[in-house]
Amino acid sequence: MKSMAFAVRSMSRDFKAGELTVLLTAVVVAVTSMTAVGFFTDRVGRAVEAQAAETLAADIVIRSPAAIDAKFLQQGEANSLVTAEAFDFPTVAQSDTGRSLSIVNAVGPNYPLRGKVKISDELFGDGYVTEAIPEPGTAWAEPGLMARLDVEAGASIRLGAAEFKLTKVLDFRPDQGIGFTAMAPSILVNIIDVPAMDVVKTGSRVTYRQLFAGEPGDLNKFIKQIKPELSDEERVSTIDDTGEQISAAIDRARRFLTLASLVTVILAAIATAMASRRYALRHLDTVALLKSLGAKQNFIQNITVLQLIMIVLITAAIGTALGYLAQFLLAVLLAAITPFELPGASPRAAILGLMTAATVAIGFALPHLLQLKVTPPLRVLRKNLSPPPLRSSLVYGVAIAALIVMVWAVVQEVKLLAMIVAGVAGLALVSVLAGWILVRLFTRFRGVGGVAWRYGLANISRRGTESVVQIVAFGLSLMVLLLLTIVRNDLLDNWQQTLPENAPNYFLFNIDPDDWDGMSEIFAAELGRAPDFLPLIRGRMTAINGVALEDRESSNSQGRNFGSREANLTWAAKLPASNRVSAGEWWPEDYDGAMQVSLGQQLADSLGVELGDQLGFTVGGEDILVSVTSFREIAWDSLSPNFYLVFSPGEVRELPQTYLSSLYIGDESNGMLKTLLKEYPSVTLIDLEVTLAQIRDIIDKASAAVQYVFLFTLLAGIVVLLAAIQVTRDERRFESAILHTLGASRRQILKGIAAEFIALGALAGTLAAIGASVVSYFLAQQVFNLDYQIDPLVWVAGLFTGAIIVGLTGTLATRKAVNEPPVAVLRNG
Amino acid sequence: MKETIVLSTSGLGKQVSSPEGQLTILDDVNLAVHEGETVALVGPSGAGKTTLLALLAGLDRPSHGEVRLCDENLELLDEDGRAIVRGRYVGFVFQSFHLMASLTALENVMLPLELAEAPDASKRARVALASVGLETRTGHYPRQLSGGEKQRVAIARAFVTKPKILFADEPTGNLDTASGEKISRLLFEMNKDFGTTLVLVTHDMPLAGQCDRVLKIDAGRLVE
Repeated sequence: MKSMAFAVRSMSRDFKAGELTVLLTAVVVAVTSMTAVGFFTDRVGRAVEAQAAETLAADIVIRSPAAIDAKFLQQGEANSLVTAEAFDFPTVAQSDTGRSLSIVNAVGPNYPLRGKVKISDELFGDGYVTEAIPEPGTAWAEPGLMARLDVEAGASIRLGAAEFKLTKVLDFRPDQGIGFTAMAPSILVNIIDVPAMDVVKTGSRVTYRQLFAGEPGDLNKFIKQIKPELSDEERVSTIDDTGEQISAAIDRARRFLTLASLVTVILAAIATAMASRRYALRHLDTVALLKSLGAKQNFIQNITVLQLIMIVLITAAIGTALGYLAQFLLAVLLAAITPFELPGASPRAAILGLMTAATVAIGFALPHLLQLKVTPPLRVLRKNLSPPPLRSSLVYGVAIAALIVMVWAVVQEVKLLAMIVAGVAGLALVSVLAGWILVRLFTRFRGVGGVAWRYGLANISRRGTESVVQIVAFGLSLMVLLLLTIVRNDLLDNWQQTLPENAPNYFLFNIDPDDWDGMSEIFAAELGRAPDFLPLIRGRMTAINGVALEDRESSNSQGRNFGSREANLTWAAKLPASNRVSAGEWWPEDYDGAMQVSLGQQLADSLGVELGDQLGFTVGGEDILVSVTSFREIAWDSLSPNFYLVFSPGEVRELPQTYLSSLYIGDESNGMLKTLLKEYPSVTLIDLEVTLAQIRDIIDKASAAVQYVFLFTLLAGIVVLLAAIQVTRDERRFESAILHTLGASRRQILKGIAAEFIALGALAGTLAAIGASVVSYFLAQQVFNLDYQIDPLVWVAGLFTGAIIVGLTGTLATRKAVNEPPVAVLRNG
Repeated sequence: MKETIVLSTSGLGKQVSSPEGQLTILDDVNLAVHEGETVALVGPSGAGKTTLLALLAGLDRPSHGEVRLCDENLELLDEDGRAIVRGRYVGFVFQSFHLMASLTALENVMLPLELAEAPDASKRARVALASVGLETRTGHYPRQLSGGEKQRVAIARAFVTKPKILFADEPTGNLDTASGEKISRLLFEMNKDFGTTLVLVTHDMPLAGQCDRVLKIDAGRLVE
């Protein structure tokens, strides 16, 4: 009780006297950054997920080749979910002038639950969004189907036994997909009309879809309820299972945001450690006095712990409130730049705020504060006596443990966690080592230049440990600045370049090799060049090393599912541009030997396949055996046609195959498309324009969010800078007073301080440039899968911005110390 | 009155490690201080005066020998045990005052009472401040006080717990002559009023001359 009262009183006194300002500010910044990032990324993350949900037209979809059990619909409704019904089946569409295979998408009220349907009034006309579905007796057809049937909007067509009026052209539906499974053009009809068509019978190839949407909590509950009840035929898709392209874009966005928040936390934690060290140093005399007056070690420890708890609670409350405010302002700011509809903030980030305050305080402040407990009471007589130095293993052990906890809280990915922790530890070690070397080297230049320079460099050399700490702290802040500006722009540019403006916006399927020449002529006449044609082989993987796929234990469910369906296979002589070999070797371009196969790394992991394994396939009724010679990382979001399985050239040419192509076709070439579809009716055309826009939108929003999130990192960097300056502030005050007494002018002292900070900044800038180059290279290679060239500008910018920013900030922040009357400083010790 | 020994040492010594090997700071110090006695420790710089004061007050541990303070053998106590003894029997006055900058004069004087959970801390601290002539300065912070006033606050703090022994380390060392004289007068008056034993480290021979006994230390040895 006595400890509590004393802790509260002394803390309130310390607070009033400004003793706690730096420490509290550091922790508040840590919490503010973390919660702002937490609130904001949570909202951005949910917005991005909502965007992804649009590709399903729902949050959750149950698919089945048979009618879906009505209990799921009831369970969905019981969980407050909105529902819609749809089913898809192939049938022949007929007009007076033509006939074509089509995929009928029969949809009920509420469809789509996520995303919007886009239609136009005429073929290749201006599209617009609609909330409606086709009226009974009407249908909306894709342009490809209308071209094949040689009809315009307003025409009548027949689907099975029913007649429909084509009232609109179907430009886009959210769930149209950009995979290769839609082998025929779609036509959207009202579900009420299906019985009249009389085509859905037992044994028909129908995919029934039950769509659900709602709040995350309700969805999770629903998923948990239905999963055990699903039959073998019923499959559930969530936004996590959406197409590879969207998933890859979301994944990258999350990584960017996560990284931004992490750098912020680490920097704020460093600031906290420095501030708490200073706080402890400034309280050694007080503790020594208390001990000389009879205070016991436990009393000091209790006060420290109680004060730390108060610091945690106060900073968590203030930081979370500020974080909420900051993210709210950010969201408002962002909304002005781009139409960015964010969901409301969730309370999860508030818990994160408390956790951050506790972790930062325990990990980075507690060891320094606990040192107060062992302050020798003899210090009241001998001021040079300090507590025994903390064991390095304790300080770093606790800090690393706290770092791991924090990193894990935001990353939750072992590989990234290991990379970040190893990176930070490595960076700290290298920085300290480099700092020592640089400090030693700099000492030799003391004779060069005037008294200010000599005084500045002498200070760097004399304050050896502090100088190294400052160089590392400044270096880390500057590294963030460099990563924020130059490197971030380079990375974002590279990322954006994976999706260039003229990315393919159409896929063409079912191309017969005999049609190549004719089609190429049409393209060449209109576009000036013919596209590349890629082989497409439909086949099923049956066995690995002689063991049937379904019997293998090392394959996960995704891998086993792969064996249960026909897959799209291809062959290629050259490694596709958006692929990178992650293991093994790609075959020579002129390879003509026994068949080999290259697997996407993700599929190889799912199947548990290793290099050298023998894979069995069934293609067109023929069994083939091929050996695995390489794995590939695939940039799915490049939107180039990509395949999990690529065969080597040679024998593969004998297998039954069609061709596909992807190309960019501008609006001005719509006439050519009509011609193409009329002359080659077997070719299927898929318009990717809307999907492309959807992916670009995700990337744009994520990029904007990352930039704003990095503002907090910048703030944390500045706090580190100020905390580092604060550490030596008392010493500087005293030194300045002595120099004044010895006859130095204010200008001379300031020049000496400026020389010191400019030199520290230049050293820190050099370290920052090294760090930023190494980190960006690793980020590009390991995290973002991008090719990245180190920018020489980083080095120039590091050196100069280091010298200028640290020189200016340091001198300005220390100016007050120089201005204080020397007599006051010397009198107070 | 003066027959009771409140502070004694036997074979007290202190050695520290240095680059040149073991350095002897104090060697075989034996002394006994009686209740109410005033003792001055004098000697040249580096003779070991402050080290002896620190050992006598239990702020440091000897390399050999023992210190008995109010019948407690400090050598047998751990740091917390020595802290309890200090809180119960000892008061300090330092050369550099050691007032807590964030506390007012009154709060500084209240501090040892609060640590000992003594009742009426505020009332007793006000009385103590009045006894050193600072009743009008209770709400002032150390930075608002002169050197002499700071030392008077420190003396009030030292006497407020009615200690059996007061250790003073160069109590006038940071003061001008006039203030120094006032402070030394105050110290001896309070020593008389409260019957406190005073152990004083000083370079100031006139001040030392006011004590009942002057102990001279030279090269770590006691030369009476």
